Amino acid sequence: MIKIFKTSKDVIVNIDEYFDTIELGILNFKEGVNNYLDGNTADFENNLKIIDKLEEKADAIIRKIENDFYVYSLLPNYASEILNLLEKVDDIIDQTKNTLSQFDVESPFIPEEIKTDFSRLVNISVKTAENAIPAARVFFTDTNLVKDKIQKVVFYERETEKLANKIKRRTFKEMDQLKLSEKTHLRYFTLHIEEIADAAKVVAKMLSSLLIKIKM
Amino acid sequence: MFLLFLTSGLFLGWSLGANDAANIFGSAVGSKMIKFSVAVFVASIFVILGSFIQGSGASNTLGELGSVNAIGGAFTVALCAGLTVFWMTKLQLPVSSSQGIIGAIIGWNFYSGNPTDMNVLGKIVGAWIAGPILGAVFAILIYLLLKYTLHKSKIHLLKLDAYLKYGLLVVGAFGAYSLGANNVANVVGVFIPSVPEIELNFGVFILDGKQLLFLIGGISIAAGIITYSKKVMMTVGNNLMKLSAESALVIVLAHSLVLFIFSSTTLSNLLQSVGLPAIPLVPVSSSQAVVGAIMGIGLLKGGRNIKFSILGKITLGWIATPILAGIITFVSLFFMSNVFKLVVVQDESLVVSQKINAIISSPKISASAASVNLYQPLLFTIIGLLLVLIVVLIVVLTRKTSKAKEEESTDILLKYESQEKLLQTELQKVTNENAKLEKEIEFKRKEQMGIAISIIQKNQFLEKLKAKIDKIILKPEVNTEELTQLKKLIIDNLSIDKEREKFNIFINELNTDFYLRLANRYPGLSENEQRLTALIRLNLSSKEIASILNISTKSVEVNRHRLRKKMHLKREENLTELINKL
Repeated sequence: MIKIFKTSKDVIVNIDEYFDTIELGILNFKEGVNNYLDGNTADFENNLKIIDKLEEKADAIIRKIENDFYVYSLLPNYASEILNLLEKVDDIIDQTKNTLSQFDVESPFIPEEIKTDFSRLVNISVKTAENAIPAARVFFTDTNLVKDKIQKVVFYERETEKLANKIKRRTFKEMDQLKLSEKTHLRYFTLHIEEIADAAKVVAKMLSSLLIKIKM
Repeated sequence: MFLLFLTSGLFLGWSLGANDAANIFGSAVGSKMIKFSVAVFVASIFVILGSFIQGSGASNTLGELGSVNAIGGAFTVALCAGLTVFWMTKLQLPVSSSQGIIGAIIGWNFYSGNPTDMNVLGKIVGAWIAGPILGAVFAILIYLLLKYTLHKSKIHLLKLDAYLKYGLLVVGAFGAYSLGANNVANVVGVFIPSVPEIELNFGVFILDGKQLLFLIGGISIAAGIITYSKKVMMTVGNNLMKLSAESALVIVLAHSLVLFIFSSTTLSNLLQSVGLPAIPLVPVSSSQAVVGAIMGIGLLKGGRNIKFSILGKITLGWIATPILAGIITFVSLFFMSNVFKLVVVQDESLVVSQKINAIISSPKISASAASVNLYQPLLFTIIGLLLVLIVVLIVVLTRKTSKAKEEESTDILLKYESQEKLLQTELQKVTNENAKLEKEIEFKRKEQMGIAISIIQKNQFLEKLKAKIDKIILKPEVNTEELTQLKKLIIDNLSIDKEREKFNIFINELNTDFYLRLANRYPGLSENEQRLTALIRLNLSSKEIASILNISTKSVEVNRHRLRKKMHLKREENLTELINKL
């Protein structure tokens, strides 16, 4: 009971650090894909190494947060939902790491004609995730602002979906010079990038339901 | 004798502590915001302080309603009130010890023929109705204030959690204090007229009989909290108030304020001094104040979740409990008086004359009551024992809980570590096994290649030898018969080769998995075709394969063509690549 303020302070610092790590991971992913598209192999590999480390760091922090929540009975009425939310946020960095490593392993061929669209897709998808993190952050300090941030996440997720469909349509309908295998490969990578926005949307949905519970 | 009769009141105090502590710390402990040991410690200390410091206000009102002047009567009244509360709790009706004791006193009034002061009764009933209503009003006001403050402060959820935990503790302490101050009257109020004139000298301060009575009453409530409140907190407390921590804080504070208002002499005097009517100092029901506060918050949130049937039950409690307690007390007093010959009522004139006689005959005795008192050592011992018991119980509980928590934390961390180690070991094991198997496969492949190469070289040598013999046979001076025999021997050796057989077995052994996959994908392949695919998989040329199978290169080419057809391969597809991918 005496330690409760110190524990709370430590957990607040950890949560902030956790969100920082995820945000850094997302930015690194964006930079990494753009480096891949530009053919900067050395920089791309560096991004891959950084995101790997960031993902590990995020895992270590979330484990510590979970432990503190259970041992010190922090926010006992909402603990399981909040920890679930943090896990879903972790899914975003997991997704970015997996996608970037798939770029490294599979080296997909991205034709010049769709490189700009592909880069835009990455940027919008990342923007969805970038907006999900402040929404989760602000949930802890000012629940009234969460709704605005969630709106942005939903908007960017829809935009990502539209652009991804456009890329897929162009790939299959207009680019006859590509082999079917290349088209399919491109389709998978479009999907992988779309999944980052989807993971961010899951976070937004969880935030909405938590908001209802906390305001009851 | 007095202490023996006091037991019925102490039983009432014990059950009050066991039941009503859940109203104060129920939701905080049930939702794990506060540890049970901490809650018990705080509640016990403050309930005793409340009883001792501020318990007299509500007791005086009980005295005004009916002064139970015989110790036997007080015993019966407290016992009947306790039994009524116990019985109605069993029937799952919302009951209050305050209503039980009032009903029992009225029952004694009826039995003794004492008139019941209707003004006082009106004040008491008014306070019962006002209790839940005031609880609701306080809850609404405090809730609005809290929400506004939280909205303005934008405090972090975890910090808020910490503040709420401390808030619940402080408000709980206030609640326990108010509970002691207001409800101790139910426990010992009826014994006040019969309390012996004693004084306990503690050196620093002196306690008279009445103060001691309140202290013992407070201790009995604390004993109820320590020994039996956990179960009630975990069940009743949780069912009654499954609320957020903020709401719990508001409800406990509202309930505490209600109890405090109806027991504070200072506040009542303050109101009177400014010309307002005095607050009736009446023991009110703690549970009903809590229900009122919950309803207040429910109304503020739109009133959808309010169960109005509870209001009906409370009204039933207001009417049924006093009536029932009154009847039971009346019957019991009759029974006690006539069967056990217990003095349950004393004649007022007799009491007064006895007191006057006592003062006239020995005026010094009453003055020196403090120094020659038989009760003093006994009371010292009992109070001391009770205090020691409380301290020991609290220490044991605190140690147990903190030890359990530490163990839980260590267990979780150990579990994490051991799971990680186990997974790492398993991973390492699998990696090692894979490396070993890969090495084995590589070795066998090399061996296979070695055999294939030796067969090829040997066959090539024999082919050369055969060609040279053919050339020699053509020469006229040479004995052809012997050479023909030699050639035949070479041809035989080319076709029947033990090494080849060994090689075939090797191929079959090594490629079991591959054959299975091949048969699954291309079920129509013959045994020879399967062997051909295995040799192609070794990256051998057609010439080399021909040498191993002892057939011509052309035959190998034909077989390859047939194989492609059976595998439905297109012209641009590479047979070797496809087989390697299988």
